[in-house]
Amino acid sequence: MPDLAWFVVRRLAAAVLVMLALSFAVYLIFYAIPADPANLACGKPCTPDRLEQARHFMQLDQSTIQQYLNFLKGIFAGRTFGDGTAAVHCNAPCFGYSFPLARPVTTLILERLPITASIALGAAVLWLIIGVSLGVVAALNRGRPLDRLSVGFALVGVASPSFLIGLLAILVFGFWLNMVPVSGYIPLTDSPVDWAWHLVTPWLVLAVLQAASYIRLTRAQMMEELNLDHITTARAKGAGEARVVLTHGLRGALVPIVTLFGLDLGGLLGGAILTEKVFSMQGLGDLLISAVAQLDVAVVVGTTLFSAFLIILANLLVDIVHGVLDPRVSHG
Amino acid sequence: MSSSVAGAVSPTRLALRRVRRDRSARAGVALVVGLIVVAAAAPLLVKLAGQDAYTYHIDLLDPARGNAPKGAIGGVSGDHWFGVEPLTGRDLFSIVVLGLRTSLFIAVVVTLITTVVGTLVGISAAYFGGWYDAVVSRLVDFLFGFPQLVFMIALGIIVPGGFPRWLLLILVLSVFGWAGLARLIRNQARSLVAREFVEAARSVGSSGWHVVTRELLPNLLGPVLVVATMAVPGYIGAEAALSFLGVGVPPPTPSLGRSISDSIAWVYTGADPWFLVFPGAALFLAVLGFTLLGDSVRDAFDVRLRRAN
Repeated sequence: MPDLAWFVVRRLAAAVLVMLALSFAVYLIFYAIPADPANLACGKPCTPDRLEQARHFMQLDQSTIQQYLNFLKGIFAGRTFGDGTAAVHCNAPCFGYSFPLARPVTTLILERLPITASIALGAAVLWLIIGVSLGVVAALNRGRPLDRLSVGFALVGVASPSFLIGLLAILVFGFWLNMVPVSGYIPLTDSPVDWAWHLVTPWLVLAVLQAASYIRLTRAQMMEELNLDHITTARAKGAGEARVVLTHGLRGALVPIVTLFGLDLGGLLGGAILTEKVFSMQGLGDLLISAVAQLDVAVVVGTTLFSAFLIILANLLVDIVHGVLDPRVSHG
Repeated sequence: MSSSVAGAVSPTRLALRRVRRDRSARAGVALVVGLIVVAAAAPLLVKLAGQDAYTYHIDLLDPARGNAPKGAIGGVSGDHWFGVEPLTGRDLFSIVVLGLRTSLFIAVVVTLITTVVGTLVGISAAYFGGWYDAVVSRLVDFLFGFPQLVFMIALGIIVPGGFPRWLLLILVLSVFGWAGLARLIRNQARSLVAREFVEAARSVGSSGWHVVTRELLPNLLGPVLVVATMAVPGYIGAEAALSFLGVGVPPPTPSLGRSISDSIAWVYTGADPWFLVFPGAALFLAVLGFTLLGDSVRDAFDVRLRRAN
């Protein structure tokens, strides 16, 4: 499929361009701040001499452009602050170095990422399953109680702030019914069962809320698809109802669902950040919020760009899936 | 320019008629009107209750239970209609209605800003087309699939301490908010630009400004209104979420999101779950009311909204 390959290359190039433009903009915005990170590292009493030294060591005395180029170089080749015995190394891919925490930002992110990613990925899988299947069921039972129930559920889901539902879930299922753990994260490598068991409530909370818009979309798309001529043809040719619905109907409905999923990726990360706070898990959100409070610019910029890159990459994947599902996209 | 043709009813009047007939629409309208009245009259209501949101009432707390409020339902009494906040004993009714006021104020202002900006950008992109349209479309695509919450949190670091946080919230939510409307309006306006009446207006030498304000805008009023109404609950939720994360409205200004966040410890220990119930219910009702209203406005104008293009 040369068309598809060409499409992937074009999308990849566009994604790289967006990443470059974005990281440059972020650098301009965040390094124009009045608060000088060197001030914090300088200690007390902070003589002008020591401040200058700190600025030089942290490479803050260079121009913003030079700092940006250093940052880019760090991602591919790593970078070193200072020299001699005091030198600090930050291996590639280096998303900056946190002087207050004395750790490379990449290490900090990688420590926290599994928590946020576990919440986000599990929830996404669940919400696609719940949303699409309930949407299909609703479309097939149009106007009957099952349909009304799905639509009503969708309305409540769209209307509820995730952190509120999360707290209620903890209150009801965690404390009153004592069914599920209420907080904490167990690494997957420690115990896959405990990992999933501690994540069940966060997954369900996020998934149920997000599934709402997928129920609405799938229902509307399926009702439209099932009225099309090729469905009638398939039925006339004697295809079974399950085959008609799943292979012919759902296939047409899949493209808008994939599009919606691409648009929701940014929100997925945001939802995971809110959820981890509700369930007292220390993920990326916690890293970012405490870095903002401590004026740790390197961590703020590193985390922000890292999440943006992650979303751009995920969007790229969604785009490619889109191109495979709907040939018109890659030919266009 | 009225869009009514001889004998026909204008779309706006038709829409109003549909809203009046729809049961969930009426519920939405009643809820929203009620909430707006409460929010607008919040200072008055607080005075009526004889309370304020800042005075500590330590005597109403039970030190034996970790300073949870004395009495049932979080210390509800004739003086404190929603009980008091644990740990400080501040009047919870005042906190909830003033917090609702903050929430609605921010959400409505952001909706106004994003509606104006989104409409202007969308219409101009459709009308002028070319590279301007291409740049706008790219920007909108980009803002759409973006980790907005991460950026909103991160921006907190570059704002000077003296800068009012509520203004920052409005700015940040607006910067990310206009894109959705701009995309929708652009797509709708593009199909209008090709229509005969626009062509006719152009051919008699109307200026671009005239075509945009007199021909395109009246025809887009329905979709604009629908998206604006449906955006409000999103902004209420976003403001609450940021305050919940501790990067929204700073204390001691009452905020629903922050109260909900403060209540976590009291919910976890089971000492005072009512501290979650009152602000939580207020937030839920606000979001639900505007969602119902948005749905009914959409049904009334019969606009088919597509989130994707």
